[in-house]
Amino acid sequence: MSRKATFGKPRRIMAMSRKEARQMMRDPSSIALGIVLPLLLILLFGYGLSLDAHHVPVAVVMEDHSPSAQSVFGAFAGSRYFQPRAVNSMVQANRLLTAGTVDGIVRLRHNFSRNLRAGHANIQFTTNSIDANRARLIENYASGVVSGWLAQRELTHGQHYYQPVTIQQQIWFNRSMDSRYFLVPGLLVLIMTLIGALMTALVVAREWERGTFESLFATPVQPGEIVISKIIPYFCLGMVGLAVAVTAARILFQVPIRGSLPVLILVSALYLLVALGMGLLISTRTKNQFIASQAALLLTFLPAMMLSGFIFDIRSMPPAIQAITYVLPARYFVALLQTLFLAGDIWSVILPNAAVLVLMAIIFLGLTRRLTVKRLA
Amino acid sequence: MDSSAPGSDVIIHCRDLHKSFPDGRGGITAALAGVSLEVRRGLMVALVGPDGAGKTTLIRLIMGLMPTDTGDVAVLGNNIIQHPHAAESDVSYMPQKFGLYEDLTVQENLDLYADLHGVSAADRKTRYPELFTMTNLGRFTKRLAGRLSGGMKQKLGLACALVQSPQLLILDEPTVGVDPVSRQELWAILLNLVKTRSLTLLISTPYLEEAEYCNHAVVMYEGRILTEGSPQDVANHARGRTFRITTPPAIKPRQLVATLLESSLIADAVPEGGDVRLVLKADAPGVAEIPAAVNAVEIKPQLSDGFMVLLRQAVAKTQTAGVASAVNGISAQSKNKSGGTPTVQAATISGQSASHAPITATTDGGKAVVQVHDLVRRFGDFIAVNHVNFDIRKGEIFGLLGPNGAGKSTTFRMLCGLLPLTSGTLRVAGYDLRHARASARQAVGYVAQKFSLYSQLSVQENLAFFASAYGLRGIRRKQRVQWAIAEFDLANLLSNITGGIPDGFKRRLAMACALLHEPAILFLDEPTSGVDPLARREFWQRITAMADQGVTVVVTTHFMEEAEYCDRMVIMMNGRVLAGGTPTEIRTLAMTPDKRDATIEDAFIHVVMEEQKAGLKASAAA
Repeated sequence: MSRKATFGKPRRIMAMSRKEARQMMRDPSSIALGIVLPLLLILLFGYGLSLDAHHVPVAVVMEDHSPSAQSVFGAFAGSRYFQPRAVNSMVQANRLLTAGTVDGIVRLRHNFSRNLRAGHANIQFTTNSIDANRARLIENYASGVVSGWLAQRELTHGQHYYQPVTIQQQIWFNRSMDSRYFLVPGLLVLIMTLIGALMTALVVAREWERGTFESLFATPVQPGEIVISKIIPYFCLGMVGLAVAVTAARILFQVPIRGSLPVLILVSALYLLVALGMGLLISTRTKNQFIASQAALLLTFLPAMMLSGFIFDIRSMPPAIQAITYVLPARYFVALLQTLFLAGDIWSVILPNAAVLVLMAIIFLGLTRRLTVKRLA
Repeated sequence: MDSSAPGSDVIIHCRDLHKSFPDGRGGITAALAGVSLEVRRGLMVALVGPDGAGKTTLIRLIMGLMPTDTGDVAVLGNNIIQHPHAAESDVSYMPQKFGLYEDLTVQENLDLYADLHGVSAADRKTRYPELFTMTNLGRFTKRLAGRLSGGMKQKLGLACALVQSPQLLILDEPTVGVDPVSRQELWAILLNLVKTRSLTLLISTPYLEEAEYCNHAVVMYEGRILTEGSPQDVANHARGRTFRITTPPAIKPRQLVATLLESSLIADAVPEGGDVRLVLKADAPGVAEIPAAVNAVEIKPQLSDGFMVLLRQAVAKTQTAGVASAVNGISAQSKNKSGGTPTVQAATISGQSASHAPITATTDGGKAVVQVHDLVRRFGDFIAVNHVNFDIRKGEIFGLLGPNGAGKSTTFRMLCGLLPLTSGTLRVAGYDLRHARASARQAVGYVAQKFSLYSQLSVQENLAFFASAYGLRGIRRKQRVQWAIAEFDLANLLSNITGGIPDGFKRRLAMACALLHEPAILFLDEPTSGVDPLARREFWQRITAMADQGVTVVVTTHFMEEAEYCDRMVIMMNGRVLAGGTPTEIRTLAMTPDKRDATIEDAFIHVVMEEQKAGLKASAAA
């Protein structure tokens, strides 16, 4: 036996990884998950699920036809946030709002320019508040447009209007306040989780289902070698997914990477190992693909989506839920990604979060190694 | 390897092995109940027994793939209980599903196992050509394993097991689901291997007759070893008790079988070559005591005959409820055991049919209730059913035979209106399945391989559900349910949860449910696969009774010998009908002047060979 043991190990790992890679390449679903899915998610989130409002259709009720009122309309038309259409009566505007054709009504009353000269003009703004977040956003944009218009008027007319306080907004990190800038990096978490956890859990379950483990177990291959050879190809696939997602984010949406790329790659690799560890750990306990996929979705993917701070802010969750997020590896990866993409190499954030990921990778992979035995039951 | 003690030629040694598994109903079932076994160097040992006998569990324990509950296993002198993987570099193993990666090519599979077993490049150079010649796979090295036929997969699995040169080769049911030609080829390869290499072989099979290829047969049943010895030793348990009875001209062999099986003296009766093969029980006085057995001629027993004698003995000894109820009514009746309402009724039904029912050849010249013409079914570019034609007549038992992947099940699903056809015509009970699938379905009953019962409902509730699903109501519904309960002996089980009753009763209940709406045609998909030989005989008794009552029965099976129960059949392979006709007509195909007693299996092999020859000629001409 010793004659075989000497060079056996690296050769067996090579053989097993090659086999795994071939299976992966020949399985269209793994290519879909590794390359098509990252692209699809980027496009979907980038174009579809933007949390910003652009070109919001509003009705401007022009009860006053004075030049001042006209210039307010012009200010709305000039803003990239709005798409105003002039209407003559409130009745007509209400109809448009009810029909959902417009999301808001700007009302310039017949005495608007007179009041303006007197210094107490007001503009009535009505929004469709079914989506409260969006309504608040639109409202803010509208007051931004109006204050912009006032400032402009001040300049041209040299007149000073009574404005006791001006709010000066400060926007840090996400300077253009584009929600894509934090959604797209967050997507990396989803992609890595899917490739790392879901795919490996599935491929191991497939070996159980097809009975191939039974003949593998009868060969001199060691449990640790089986684990390593499952990790290698899927690690590579995950890194390809990362490259696709980052490139797409840069090219399509000009998402900035303010930190350094090597650090980004390093922490992503770290999280990928954690995800692989979770997937393999799940697979030691599930022997069919359906249960494996359900378990992987429930235990890794959904928490990564809902509780990692990727979409929903962790600080606004109830304390009990907040406590749960500490055991989720995705939470640390999201923190790392948001820092690296939007702020820079801030070591005081990177080091502790990365340390937690290292620890988790060791725990998950170590447990997997311990629980993988060449036994059928 | 020199680890086995000097002078010892015991390759496998098992002592008093016990292994139980949870049965899914909160209890446990014993897969092995005290098995001791010794396999000596250079022998070819067959592990035979019906499904569920414990063969696979025993093999897995020997391979160190599962922990034992109690007992010892030693392989090549290594203690497998303490060191499960100690022997793995000298033992090769092929599990039931051949252990192949279907998305790797033939060559890649072979390379993988060669790498895992640490076979050197030099060794590969000599071994690969050897393996390719042996298995005839040389032309297919670049083909994905998933695209191979069952027989080729089996050979590739064997080649992968033989990339190293093992001292011991263990094969778990390598011939299941494989066509008879490939089965024959595999045995030829194995016999040659044992002759040319110093190899010990342990091979399990549910086909008792295959044990005759080996030097030593170990016969298992319900987790125990029933007997072991040379195939001749096993067969000798039936020596002097095996007879051939010529079927009287007025009845069919299967009807004679049904009558014979009513006798408590009989261990086995099966139709064979138009006659009936009869085996008496160990304690039966003589064949003269059985009135139906006229003109009995004593014949040489086979291993399966000896097995049936032993099996009846074992069942008689184990009076546990589990065994008695799982087994058919015949044995229980023979011992006149336990208030056996069900079993007695089973016998009366078959008795009635055999003695009183019009036994005349009802089917001959009967009108066709199923007409299949030029039937084609494609899945993508794969042709699962390729221009198939046949007719099924009223009251006939019709068999669709063939190995896995032959197209039986696809044909079957189209007949039942479960799958649309690609082209051709299909008429069932007068309805064109292209246009009137729903009406056709009313005329058929269908029992799927997995029974399709609701396991959380009671037996009564399942009957009630299926009655309403078929639109039965009022008096008729009551009558039909009562009929089903009586006909299938379900009275004692009505309030039991279906999931918890033995498989034999589940099969009865499934058949009862399928017959509630009095269909003209009953379709049974692989009803005997995974079934105990005793239960299989009971099943055919029942089917015989139903056919005699005028129900047309269509059945698929991969047991060639079961074709003998059919009135007519078609043999399918690769989506095409290779032959069709009565069992006698089919057997005639393989008969030659010096071989008068061809079996259905011989005929199948003959037909496939002819087909291959024709194929070769055609390709040579082109």
